[in-house]
Parts: sequence; structure tokens; C-alpha cells
Amino acid sequence: MAKVFLPFQLKQITENNDFIEVKGKTLREVINNLDNMYPGIKDHLVEEEKIKSGLSAICGFAATRKGLLQELEEDTEVHFLPAISGG
Amino acid sequence: MTLKNYKQKKDFNVIGTNPIRHDGYDKVTGRAIYGADVKLPNLIWGEVVRSTIAHGKIKSIDVSEAEKMEGVFAVITHEDFEKNNKDANVNLARDMQNILAKDKVLYKGHAVAAVSARDRNTAKEACNLIKVEYEELQPVSNVSEALEANAPILIKDLVGDHLGKSVNKTNIAKQIRHQLGDTNEGFKHSDLIVEKEFNLQMVHQGYIEPHNAIAHWDENDHLSLWSSTQGSFAVRDLTAGFVGLSESQVTTYPVEIGGGFGGKTKVYLPPLAALLSKKSGFKPVKMIMDRVSVFLASGPAPGGKVKVKLGVTNEGKFTAGIVDLKFEAGAYPGSSIAAGATCCLACYNIPNVLIDAFDVVVNKPKTAAYRAPGSPQVSFAVESVIDDICEKMNWDKIDFRINNASKEGTRRADGVQFNKIGFIETLEAAKSSDHWKSPLLKKNKNKVYGRGIACGFWMNGGGKSTVDLMLHDDGNIALNEGSADIGGTRTSISMQVAEALGISAERIQPSIPNTDSIGFTGTTGGSRTTYATGFAGLEAANKLITEMKKRATIYWEIEETDIKFSEGNIYSTKDPELKLSIKELAAVIGETGGPVSSTASVNLPSGGNGFGIGICDIQIDTLTGKTDVIRYTAIQDVGKAIYPQYVESQIVGGAAQGIGWALNEEYYMNDKGIMTNSSFLDYRMPTSLDLPNIEVILVEVANPQHPYGVRGVGEVPIIPPLATLGNAIKDAIGTRIYSTPMNPGKILEVLSNG
Repeated sequence: MAKVFLPFQLKQITENNDFIEVKGKTLREVINNLDNMYPGIKDHLVEEEKIKSGLSAICGFAATRKGLLQELEEDTEVHFLPAISGG
Repeated sequence: MTLKNYKQKKDFNVIGTNPIRHDGYDKVTGRAIYGADVKLPNLIWGEVVRSTIAHGKIKSIDVSEAEKMEGVFAVITHEDFEKNNKDANVNLARDMQNILAKDKVLYKGHAVAAVSARDRNTAKEACNLIKVEYEELQPVSNVSEALEANAPILIKDLVGDHLGKSVNKTNIAKQIRHQLGDTNEGFKHSDLIVEKEFNLQMVHQGYIEPHNAIAHWDENDHLSLWSSTQGSFAVRDLTAGFVGLSESQVTTYPVEIGGGFGGKTKVYLPPLAALLSKKSGFKPVKMIMDRVSVFLASGPAPGGKVKVKLGVTNEGKFTAGIVDLKFEAGAYPGSSIAAGATCCLACYNIPNVLIDAFDVVVNKPKTAAYRAPGSPQVSFAVESVIDDICEKMNWDKIDFRINNASKEGTRRADGVQFNKIGFIETLEAAKSSDHWKSPLLKKNKNKVYGRGIACGFWMNGGGKSTVDLMLHDDGNIALNEGSADIGGTRTSISMQVAEALGISAERIQPSIPNTDSIGFTGTTGGSRTTYATGFAGLEAANKLITEMKKRATIYWEIEETDIKFSEGNIYSTKDPELKLSIKELAAVIGETGGPVSSTASVNLPSGGNGFGIGICDIQIDTLTGKTDVIRYTAIQDVGKAIYPQYVESQIVGGAAQGIGWALNEEYYMNDKGIMTNSSFLDYRMPTSLDLPNIEVILVEVANPQHPYGVRGVGEVPIIPPLATLGNAIKDAIGTRIYSTPMNPGKILEVLSNG
């Protein structure tokens, strides 16, 4: 199961848990399963089948570039954070 | 584990050497072509009319006199953008207003109209004929003014996102929060709590080459662009969006870049030049910003306020930390608060953390990236408080940091765990450095001395990159890559390819083609290029090797299983007589199926995290308040230094910019909200005469995400200097200065107050 950490503003939707354990072998499956657990949360994370603009999905140690196609191994941590660009 | 960890190569032939850089002769002889050097047939010039006030409504723009002037081809205002791009979404429409103001001007220098004419002087004269009538409004010059109860609202239709809640009539465009553990509980277990607030002024990257653009919109609605930029593809895509074209209708031709440091990740002139070209009968239009406009109207780094509260136990462990950062976004939303929030406490393992970050619009130019955007500001505050804690508790400043340092598995304040990092190794290198072990000079008449140390963190980028390789008949390799070369990446990428192919770096001939001739490659920024484009180069090299092996089997008429590549040679594993170097194979390869080439595109996750430390000794003249940096050492985990001289020069450059930021640089605003020091005479950047020989210690803890261990390098070195200098000044005069720049005036004020 992936461990999903949500941005602060979404934690109230998920009963203020530090993280939620969600089944899924890809980021898409995890988000869909999360939406089944907390209906409507997908709209905060995804638009037009892509990670929402301004958000970054960290899978494991680093921001994924595969979007919803990112494969996830057992116990991978998934963090949704504000996107960052550099100089 | 979703990331692949690579087995690290340890023995290198090319990596770690300092060959003659491929662009060296062109740069030192002046042959290299920069944006301002580009000339096209029938070229005309564009100039911009800029706002004379910091904040106001545009009541009218009268362009009639300018349009009548002999030699003028076209005048454009915001209406021309709207005509070309009727479907712009909210964010694009707002960005278009920064390129050319619509109904309000939000900073002095805000572009209001643009003119094309037969020459530059005629265009300037025509600009003087354009009459703009304003209703002047009260300017909002900093975050404190922006957050006052009755502050003027800069952008009427701005809907603030405050922790997910939509808020109208606000100057706070965004608030984000990171929270780990329980800070109240953490502070209860603290034996010492230190809380301080710091103020920072807006600063500019100060690149020597000003923004420029040449645009040619032709009769087929195809746009050709030349512009000084950190990303040809970004210029293509952003300009296309602004002027209502698709990406395939725009081609960007690369030119050399005379400095960017993050400031050339945005576009200002290309959309104006494009629309002027179209409206001028498809003539190519050239535009160059003057220095004053660069300061007034291109994106600087945000100033703002950073409040820090840290708690520690008597045993020297952090218990809790709170950071509240408010950054000036400038006229439109989008400052580097997310990076500031991620970086501020990332160096340390702190169990209970609360970070709030606010993006606040003010009447200043819209901010842009500047080397490790957001991190120097927050590091200034956090590392200053840590210095105070160590002094109050009489702790060794490096040992305390080692005792709390982040390492593999440490969870950052934003929740993400670190992969293999080298912060502790970097701290240990600082501790054993000659600088740290050497005595500080003693007070002498009106000269006092101080030493400071501080740390910094940047996460380093990944992203999309493409590299193409072609084997010439003479055995040399042509390399095309899509990254703008702002810091020697042509050579650092070539060296990685050379290492993989087992040949010398000189045998690789790198070039950067136009955006129609190479696959998409992200902007050079975030210290991503040597890592990500270098990775693409490695993949392309491996594909080339595979193809060369296949061709050798055809040439020798042997099985593919019987062949091996090593150190630039191809062998038969069964017949010792069958051996060809790349050069020998290249001479005969045409007969085996034509030319050999390869291409590789990657889209990498973010790169290896980087940590750096600054140590500096300063001398302060107590009569003048002037600070002289007499010794500065930068220590940084660079993963693997591909080209050590380049790495060192990146670190020296970053440190120099950070020293200028700490001591002298600022947007000095008058009471009308107007910058009054918009020239290099008055905006005081350090020159070589102001700086000592900056010493560099490279620490190499390999990044497991890259086969050669590469970590980004360019961002980190600008982070530590602000706090390093602040801590040194406190060491010298016994009092901390809580704002940048820590200039002679502030030091004299402290000294005069005893």
C-alpha cells in the first residue's frame, strides 16, 4: 500500500491523518482509490488527467515526471506538494 | 522504492579533468554570437513606453502622434494582445498584463505600449510622443504595507488561495503550510527558545547582458525568434501562448547568454517584438532593454519578512521550529514561497515543525527566479537564529549542526524523506578546513574582525532533456543538445558522453540547435542540466555503442553475442585479432548500413539534493562601517565534479553574488514606490576588487540517481553567504543586524548606539 501525504489544506478532508494508506500500483490507481475513500479529493489533485498545475507529486525521494503513469512499489510514500522551479 | 539507484562508476578517464572548454575560443575572441549581435535583412527596431508611476489606473493612451511620425511602422498596446489571443485563460491573461499593461500599471517601468520604427532613435522618439494619462494610486511598497487593514488592493480580480480557501479583495495571493508533529509540544520540551524576525530587500540578479529579442513573424504566420534566454523551448512556448500561435508555429534560434541566474527564465520582449513584427508588415524587429529597464521591469528576487522560532534541549537537539515567511511577489502572484518553505529547515532533523508561507503582491516588478529562489532569504533567518542559539549555549557551531544534520532517511518539514545526501560529510569538511582551524585576526585600532558560518540547501531539478549524437567518418562525435549553456554545460555533457564512449572530450563537438532541430528540453535552471541533459547524453552514448557493436558484427561477419565494447574499442570475444577503435570503425562503418547516430530523451525525477556551507572572516572599519570580506571558503557536496574548474567557478560566482546580496544590494525605493538606484553605479554589486580569493572545498558524495553521481551545483553556493556574513558581523561588533543589506549605514547605527 502507498502512503499518501496530502497538503495541509486537504488534510481536513482526510480526518487530519498524517498519511493515508491506499492501494494501487500506479499513481493513477492510488488517486482513484483515494477518491473512493474520500469522494471529491481527486478534483484537488488532478485536472484533465494530469497532476494539477502548481502541484508536484513526490514518489519516494523525488518529484515524479511520469505523472499518473508513475509506477509505485509497495510502501512507497507519495507526497503532493506545491511545485517548485529553480533559477 | 520508486527511484532507480545506480551502481556508481568510480574510475574515470575524462570526468574530473579540466579540458579546454568547447566554447572557450569563441568567447574570449568575441566571435560568440549574442542576441544583440544578430542582424537580419530589413531589420527594424522596437522600443517600449514604460510607466512613470508605481501604481495607477490607465485613463487613456494616445498613440496618434507616434503613428503619424515618419519612420514609424507600428504601435501596439494591450489591445493588440487581446486581438491575437482571445482565448487566454486567467493566468495567461494576467501574465499578458505584465508584458503590456491593460487597465492598471503596477510598478514604475511597467510596459504600456511599444513602437517599431526604422531605427532605434526613431523608435525612442516615437515613444516620447505617446501620451499616457494615469489616475495615480497609493503605492504598496512592501509586505507590511500590503497586509495593512486598509491597504490598496493591487489586483481587483485576484482571488487569494489561503490554505485552500478562496479569498477576495486581498494582496495575499497564496498561503501554503507544512506541518510535522506538534510544535506546541516540542517547545514544551525545549530548554532554550529563540525567536527573531528578519527583513530582506528585493535584489536583482545583475546579469551583464540585458534582455533582448529579435522576432520575425512571416507571411505564413511562422515566428522566428532570437533571444537571450535560459530556455529556447520556454521562449518558444511562452511567446506562442502570448501571441496566440501554437508551438509548431514558432522556432527559437539559440544565441549565447551573458548571464541569467534565473532571471532569464521569463520572457518580456519576445512577445512585443513578435506583435510589432506582424503589425509592421512582417519585418523582423529587434529590441534591447536598457539597464534601467532591466532593473525596473524584469524579474528580481523577492524581499520580504521571515520570522523564525527554534527550540533546543540542553543536550543540543532541536525540539521544534516555526518559520513564517512572507515574500514580495511583485506586481503579480508567483514568488518563490514554495521553495522557501521547503528549504528553510531542510538542513536539520527537527521533529516538530510548522511553516507558513505567504505570496504577497506589491507595487514592484513581478519577481523571477534567482539562484536557489527563496532559499537564501530563509537561510539568512534560520542560520542566524542557530548562530544565536550556539552562542547562548556556548556550543561549537559545527558540532551542533552535525548533531542535528539531515541524513538519508531524515524527513524534511514538507514530509519528504532524503535519499543519500552528503550534509554531514560537508560539515566535517568545513570543520577540518584550514580556514575554520586558523585564528581570526585580532582587533587593531579602528578595525574589528569577525568569523561567521552558515549552511544552505537546494533540492536540484530534473525534467526533460534531449541529446543527439552522430558519428563522423573521422571518428569524432557531433553532439546536439537542447539546453541553453549558461554555465559550461556543453562541456560537462560532452565529458559524460566522452567518458561513456572511452574517448577524449575534445573529440566531442557540441552544439545547440534551434527548437525544430532537437527534442524538447527544459529550461536551464534549478541546477538540472549537467544532471538531466548529461543523463540524456549517457543514454544516447549507450545507444550509439549498441549500434556500433551491431555494425562491427556486420563488418566482421560474426554473431552479436561475440562482441564487446570497452574504453573506446570494440572487440571480438572469440578472435583476439578482431579489434577496432571507434575511429577505425567510423572509417568503414558506411559499408555496414550508412551513418550511425543516436538520440535519447529523458524526463527525470528531481535530482540529488545539494548542501553547502560558507565560512567567512570579515574586517569592519568602525569609523566608516565598511565591511571587507578578507577570507571566504565555500564547502559544497557536488556529488561528482564532472569539470572541477567549472564547478569551482559556479561556487565562486554564487558566493560572490550572495556576498553582494548580504552587504550592499537592494531595490532602494522612495516614498512614491519608485526604485531610485536603477543603475550599476548606484546598485552596488561587488566587483573583483571587493572580494578576496574565494576558496572552494568540493565534497563528493555521489548522487545515487545518476550513474556518475552528479548533483546540481549552481544554486547552492548563493544560499549560505547572507547568514554567514550576518553571523560574522555579529561576531565582529557584538550586535546582530536583522535586515539586508547589512551596509555601512546600518553598522554605523549599531556602533553609535553602543
